[in-house]
Amino acid sequence: MSEVRFTDQHEWVRLDGDVATIGITKYAAEQLGDVVYVELPDAGRRLSSGGEAAVVESVKAASEVYAPVSGEVTDANNAIADDPAKVNADPEGDGWFFKLKLADKGEFGKLMTADAYAEFVKGL
Amino acid sequence: MRYLPLTPRDRSAMLAKIGAPDIDALFRDVPRQAVVPLSAFALPDTQGELGVERALAKLAARNVAAGAGPFFCGAGAYKHHVPASVDHLIQRSEFLTSYTPYQPEIAQGTLQYLFEFQTQVALLTGMEVANASLYDGSTAASEAVLMAQRVTRRPRVVLSGGLHPHYAATVETLAGLGGEVVRAPAEPGKSEELAALIDEGTACVVVQSPDVFGLVRDLKPIGEAAHARGALLIAVVTEAVSFGLLEPPGAQGADIVAAEGQSIGNGLNFGGPYVGLFATREKFVRQMPGRLAGETVDAAGKRGFVLTLSTREQHIRREKATSNICTNSGLCCLAFTIHLSLLGDEGFSRLARINHANASSLADRLSGVPGVSLVTPAFFNEFTLKLPKPAAPVVEQLAAKGILAGVPASRLFPGDARMRDLLIVAATETNTDEDFFAFASALTEVLS
Repeated sequence: MSEVRFTDQHEWVRLDGDVATIGITKYAAEQLGDVVYVELPDAGRRLSSGGEAAVVESVKAASEVYAPVSGEVTDANNAIADDPAKVNADPEGDGWFFKLKLADKGEFGKLMTADAYAEFVKGL
Repeated sequence: MRYLPLTPRDRSAMLAKIGAPDIDALFRDVPRQAVVPLSAFALPDTQGELGVERALAKLAARNVAAGAGPFFCGAGAYKHHVPASVDHLIQRSEFLTSYTPYQPEIAQGTLQYLFEFQTQVALLTGMEVANASLYDGSTAASEAVLMAQRVTRRPRVVLSGGLHPHYAATVETLAGLGGEVVRAPAEPGKSEELAALIDEGTACVVVQSPDVFGLVRDLKPIGEAAHARGALLIAVVTEAVSFGLLEPPGAQGADIVAAEGQSIGNGLNFGGPYVGLFATREKFVRQMPGRLAGETVDAAGKRGFVLTLSTREQHIRREKATSNICTNSGLCCLAFTIHLSLLGDEGFSRLARINHANASSLADRLSGVPGVSLVTPAFFNEFTLKLPKPAAPVVEQLAAKGILAGVPASRLFPGDARMRDLLIVAATETNTDEDFFAFASALTEVLS
């Protein structure tokens, strides 16, 4: 059974065993508008939580995607690099960015739950 | 109102903040010998306009101007004919006084010529995309190296020994901070073995063709060696007229082309302002520095121009930008575009052929001077000669006869004994048979 958590940088993290799948939230995708470019980390790259992991660029803005948890990149979603519109179409599904092999499971537990994130977004 | 934004109190507060006792302390690193006291100039406190004109005219007369006699200096800056029409057009105030567009779409004329400039640069270099220009060839080369480091995420940079030493120095300054720059030794007249210097940590190899000694290089083998190890090939060109005759770097496997565009439409200008040409493959466009004009249609379906992919740039990406340069050499690139448009396809290749033909007849003539031999086996409009004695004093003696004979290699490679007798000589469409004859006979005289 996988669990999804969220960050205040509008990323979601789904944990399956010790592999975290990471993407940007539906809210973030709506705020960005049409995504036109995505730059993804290479497999094997080690990321620490809070560090820059990817770049997402829309018709309105370019922003960094930060690693919500520390770990080693195992996979990147090249489908969104080829067709960035997939990020808008299904941000919390097919529009995932990359997968990390978790270095420290404790970091995941500190992230926001779905309810907490919904509250957070309401307050923005 | 006088514009003095800082009061003495502001200044001392700022100095205290950074821990400097006084303003002079900020200039402590300037070498002693570079500091000239004001008294050394012996300037009068006041002087009438006529007096200033006389004094300056006397000073100016001490120069031998490029147009004053037979002129053969090149090595990165070339004397070409610039038609009066170019100067006339760029002096229109809409062009002359405008700065890089920060509210770009309102300046459709500027964007259109930038778009056309980019198109010309892409066609000349044989690449897929070109930016709206950088400051000059050497900073374009440095930006190319930084870009290669971003694309490959590797730190090491290999420079050919045939790269103009000023370009190499600029690369070492601007791109050497975050990486290691390896410079192959110069081998005048030869293509050095660079492949062995490329390893798995190498971001790029930088090769100039025609190189600083005038040698036309085959870029293909070094491009293949670089690509086999995941490194990029950066081709540098300092004489843009050579694009009219030589195989474009893009067709020889270059990933980035950095070139000096001064030769087309721009005068020698005392070494600047010049115009840096920068072109690359479309797959690298997101990592490209500089402004980029694009063609589009407006709401009514009419053709229009925009600045595009600005998210690479400093005003949007701040410190994450691909470069801290968010301007271009607007007027110089306009002169380039106007001159190239006036020449057209055919005129440009004819210009290039004339340059090569002139250089060939000069080389024939000079290598016939006793004791002089040609070092560069294949060249465009510039070659290197080996003289029977040190080249620098020979150049001085020829200058006294009103002939600017070229650039002694020792000036570009100070302290390198192998360069002592080498003279780098350029010929363009501006030279005549009389120039060649005058040069050859004066050289014979000076050497005998």
